[in-house]
Amino acid sequence: MTDASETAIIAPEKIEAPQRSNFSKGLRRLLRHPSGQVGGVVILFLVLCTIGGQAILPYDPLDIDPIKRLRPPSAEHWFGTDELGRDLFSRILYGSRYTLMIGLVSTSIAAAGGIVLGLLAGGGGKLADMVIMRFVDVLLAFPYILLLLAVIAILGPSLWTAMIAVGVGGIPGYARLVRGEVLALREAEYVEAMRALGGGHLRILFGTILPNILSPLVIFASFTIPLTVLAAAALSFLGLGAQPPLPEWGSMLVDARTFLRTAWWVVAAPGVAIFISILGMNLFGNALRDVLDPKGQR
Amino acid sequence: MTALLEIKNLQTEFKTEDGIVRAVDDVTLSVRAGEVLGLVGESGSGKTVTALSILRLIEKPGAIVGGSIRFDGRDVLALAEKDLTELRGDRISMIFQQPKVCLNPVLTVGQQIAEVFLRHRSMEKKDALDQSVELLRSVGIPSPETKVSAYPHELSGGQAQRVMIAIALALTPRILIADEPTTALDVTIQAQIIELLRKLCETTDTALIIVTHDLGVIAEIADRVAVMYAGQIVEEASVEELFDTPQHPYTVGLMQSMPTLGDRRQRLNMIPGSVPRPFHMPVGCRFSPRCRARVEHGLEKCLTDPPALTGETRKLRCWLEGKE
Repeated sequence: MTDASETAIIAPEKIEAPQRSNFSKGLRRLLRHPSGQVGGVVILFLVLCTIGGQAILPYDPLDIDPIKRLRPPSAEHWFGTDELGRDLFSRILYGSRYTLMIGLVSTSIAAAGGIVLGLLAGGGGKLADMVIMRFVDVLLAFPYILLLLAVIAILGPSLWTAMIAVGVGGIPGYARLVRGEVLALREAEYVEAMRALGGGHLRILFGTILPNILSPLVIFASFTIPLTVLAAAALSFLGLGAQPPLPEWGSMLVDARTFLRTAWWVVAAPGVAIFISILGMNLFGNALRDVLDPKGQR
Repeated sequence: MTALLEIKNLQTEFKTEDGIVRAVDDVTLSVRAGEVLGLVGESGSGKTVTALSILRLIEKPGAIVGGSIRFDGRDVLALAEKDLTELRGDRISMIFQQPKVCLNPVLTVGQQIAEVFLRHRSMEKKDALDQSVELLRSVGIPSPETKVSAYPHELSGGQAQRVMIAIALALTPRILIADEPTTALDVTIQAQIIELLRKLCETTDTALIIVTHDLGVIAEIADRVAVMYAGQIVEEASVEELFDTPQHPYTVGLMQSMPTLGDRRQRLNMIPGSVPRPFHMPVGCRFSPRCRARVEHGLEKCLTDPPALTGETRKLRCWLEGKE
């Protein structure tokens, strides 16, 4: 017992107030931010719905019941039922997993592609820069939807190809962002110092420069995730994304649009779900930017 | 004793829109193992470019266009990029003027020191981090166990420079190039850093090339001094000789422009004029337009013929040699 008290006296630095790591400091700021709270709740809800799976649903989202078709919202069916008598509430909850998946997968593809291209363009010499950035320009010159359609035309329509297409469509933005940041950081003294310490070209690009541009990347990603969700919903709406009977919100909108005049809830349910999740993600992105942007910190 | 590093007739140029600037012109230097060489000169005299040339860190639009650099019997200018990165940080290290901006802001101090081991010695990550703590202790960082996980912004300038020194000396290089290592630091810290550099280099038998405009630093640490002016070495001597009997009028001017304690004259001595602009280099001796001694001795030769660097151990680039 006396041992413990002795060591405490010998090593005063050990009894100092525990230092919070940068991560937990950032998290606390994020949770205190009003739009971070709202956005966080929405995203948390989507995540919980995804984890919960079928167990939390009142009905099977694929269960057809022709007798109950197009029922308005009631205590029994909170969001009403669609033209095949499927419970909309269950379908919306179940659909949240596709929204999350699209956001994450598409953004990962876009970010991975864009980061590699951007790093190579920014740090790989004039020729690489020229070739890569012209390729990016070509991607940008295509009308966005047309680009997605081209990718889907090659790969065939499905939820996965929609995600890949949306991801490819997002590459130019990331590539440009990363290239710009690399150009700004390339002349930084610590990059020069790393070179003097024997850092090779790729090591400097990926090991020294990349960690320094993560925060603008995270902010950028938080704003492009909702865009990818919207784009994938648009593809589904065109019949080129998720295929029925998958309860993906975009494809639910397509099936529902014929009933816009007679059964508003069939359209409103997925529409409002898309609206709220996009809003939540954007709000969260806003908060993330405030937290991660060094200029906004006090 | 043979030289560890031998620079012969080094010429480094930068292409600019107005033409070619020869930042380093015909520099010849040698460094023996364990020796401390001071490279003095004012801003734009080419001392930093000389230092960067040794590691071939000159980037476009700059290029080494002439001369040779031999390190340990190897021709540095002929090395492939891969061998060059093996050399940098391992056999020849470098520290810079602004320690705080030379550390990567998003990595901890320990990670950055460990990086050197991982890069050059393929060590286990945990061992590398343990080594980092030891290195921080050896450069005099208080409570190295906690500081090893500190980020650069949590360090003071002096501590950051100590960390840089720890990184540079981690693999006990044969040569450490220190480019103005104390310029950005408080005067009180300067002496500590200089002392630390000398002590560490002595114990590891590392040669030190110290680039500075501060003659005080040179007097304190260097064995031998080379004075640079307008891209050329104008005088080279042992530190005692240089301070006792400076021979080149420029060196004399530099010495006189240092304030001395207890001597409060109205104004400090200045060297009249300013460093010649790169596109308007004097035809003869580059210092001739500012040289008082030339006027006193009435030498016309200085204006038309460039003097050569002469002498064996004590070198001088001046027509006045032996005239006094």
